[in-house]
Amino acid sequence: METKLLSQHYDKPEYVSLKGYLNLGGYEVLKRALKMEPKAIIDEVKASGLRGRGGAGFPTGTKWTFLPENGEPRYLLCNADEGEPGTFKDRIMLERAPHQLIEGMIISAFAVKSAKSYIYVRGEYQMCIRKLEKAIREAYDAGFLGKNILGSGFTHDMDVYSGAGAYICGEETGMISSLEGKKGQPKLKPPFPAVQGYLAKPTIVNNVETLAAVSLILRDGAAAYRKFGTEKSPGTKLFSVSGNVKKPGVYEVPLGYPLADLIQVECGGLDPGRRLKAVIPGGSSAPVLTAEEAMKATMDYECLQGMGTMLGSGAVIVIDDSNCMVDLLKVIMHFYHHESCGQCTPCREGTGWLHKIVHSIVSGEGRLQDVDLIPRVSRQMMGRTICALSDAAAMPAISFVEKFRDEFEFFVREGRSKVKGHLHA
Amino acid sequence: MFELSREGIEFVKKEMTRYETKRSAVIPCLFRVQKENGGWVSPESIAYLAQLMDVPERWVQEVATFYTMFNKQPVGKYHVQVCCNISCAMAGGREMTDKICQSLGVEEGAVSKDRRYTVSRVECLGSCGTAPMMQVNDDYYENLSADKAVKILRELE
Ligand SMILES: Cc1cc2nc3c(=O)[nH]c(=O)nc-3n(C[C@H](O)[C@H](O)[C@H](O)COP(=O)(O)O)c2cc1C
Ligand code: SF4
Ligand code: FES
Repeated sequence: METKLLSQHYDKPEYVSLKGYLNLGGYEVLKRALKMEPKAIIDEVKASGLRGRGGAGFPTGTKWTFLPENGEPRYLLCNADEGEPGTFKDRIMLERAPHQLIEGMIISAFAVKSAKSYIYVRGEYQMCIRKLEKAIREAYDAGFLGKNILGSGFTHDMDVYSGAGAYICGEETGMISSLEGKKGQPKLKPPFPAVQGYLAKPTIVNNVETLAAVSLILRDGAAAYRKFGTEKSPGTKLFSVSGNVKKPGVYEVPLGYPLADLIQVECGGLDPGRRLKAVIPGGSSAPVLTAEEAMKATMDYECLQGMGTMLGSGAVIVIDDSNCMVDLLKVIMHFYHHESCGQCTPCREGTGWLHKIVHSIVSGEGRLQDVDLIPRVSRQMMGRTICALSDAAAMPAISFVEKFRDEFEFFVREGRSKVKGHLHA
Repeated sequence: MFELSREGIEFVKKEMTRYETKRSAVIPCLFRVQKENGGWVSPESIAYLAQLMDVPERWVQEVATFYTMFNKQPVGKYHVQVCCNISCAMAGGREMTDKICQSLGVEEGAVSKDRRYTVSRVECLGSCGTAPMMQVNDDYYENLSADKAVKILRELE
């Protein structure tokens, strides 16, 4: 069953406006939070075990303590770049509950003693940007933003920044470069943004869903939040489910939820007569699961890691037996090749090679040794680049060939797809 | 010669003081330039913006080149961007792109003869649950079929 903590009011159109949000209890948590010690807020977030919802699953409270004790200015950046293929949950939140994010951000900013925050939104989400700008104006007018918020002595300014089309700007250091008006190329870490981020100042970067969850945790308390989810993956999470299910969409369930239930119960299962072939559980950077593995998987960080894949952004792509895995890998490799920023040789060259090899197989020009070349090239790309995009391209490539080798070999031998016949490359 | 409108210049002036540094204004201002230049950024419009903002031209050039939302070639009145990433590809996004091009009589990436359309394939736009989809200028159209998409595009005023 869905457990709607974050998304409780997403079906109410009035929730978008300040008035509607206030009527449903909005900004009450902020009022209480501003009376707490910032350190107590960080401790509560730590105790909740909240892990970053942007992809890496890093514990949020711990990240916040990486900031230097003192030193102004420091910035809070909300990552709303949402570029991981298959992911559309932040968009739902921005469209239906902009104030929920803003409230979570003000509380978080108060906790980390930041006077300025930005919401970095991918450029294509123009509608979300307009809604956020309006909501921020409303929050200023109501005294939730600006000088001496609600008489607390805390001052905070917030603004929105539009990206301009680059997946790599979702990577936190790429995002910071972009916000500085430069090309969005990632930088080597350390130094981490918490020490040296935006304009070389201490900066916290968190995902939309992470920051919204902060106000939930303060509302109910860490212990109540921990009632949902597992020991290592507390709380609920929004999952974007797409692909071959009857009812794709965003579903909020407790972490640890069986993937089989998510597909069969929440999403209504597959089309009649179709069989499940594979599931990508965490966005296109996550290694693919076979149907058999998927039926045993639970949606939490530890189970998926144990199965050699990851929860990532929580983008579940359901693949039935009408799809050709070689063809889908081609689509994925095209993406990473297009999005590599080109700074690191293994990534720039590797993504190019992978795309070329899979493309040649799909064109009917593949050789048998190409099938082994895919994992070989992929392994050369891992763990030796500035950011994780290179690994994000390599890992799915390896998994596709390992788990669906017969489809790759068939394609090479017969010059056509085992499932779909001739594909146009 | 390219020049921004009076409102455009006002916009740029405001953006230049909106962020901590002037450089952060380059991206939003280049969006404005693109809008007023018929949907693309020409070399001369880049030079113009650099001069207006009093920043090195390579700052603007770098941004124009790096980000895919800046069109370096002219586009039609309606820039039709069809997602062909994984969930959309599974739902027929690629076939839909071909059909749109055929029906509108335009080659992918080119401008149609009547200058109304440019059709391009793009990566995931965050509408994977409502695939296939397309973006036309700023607007999203979701849960499409090829026929529906063509009809929508033909009926744009
Ligand atoms: C290639 C790449 C793309 C990323 N894209 C996003 C994204 O679109 N949204 C996001 O929140 N995090 C993204 N991340 C993760 C961020 O770098 C960062 O870890 C995250 O925003 C931190 O927030 P969290 O701790 O709340 O998850 C990406 C990482 C990489 C390597
Ligand atoms: S790994 Fe790839 S995307 Fe990341 S910095 Fe290096 S070249 Fe750029
Ligand atoms: S795959 Fe097309 S919108 Fe995400």
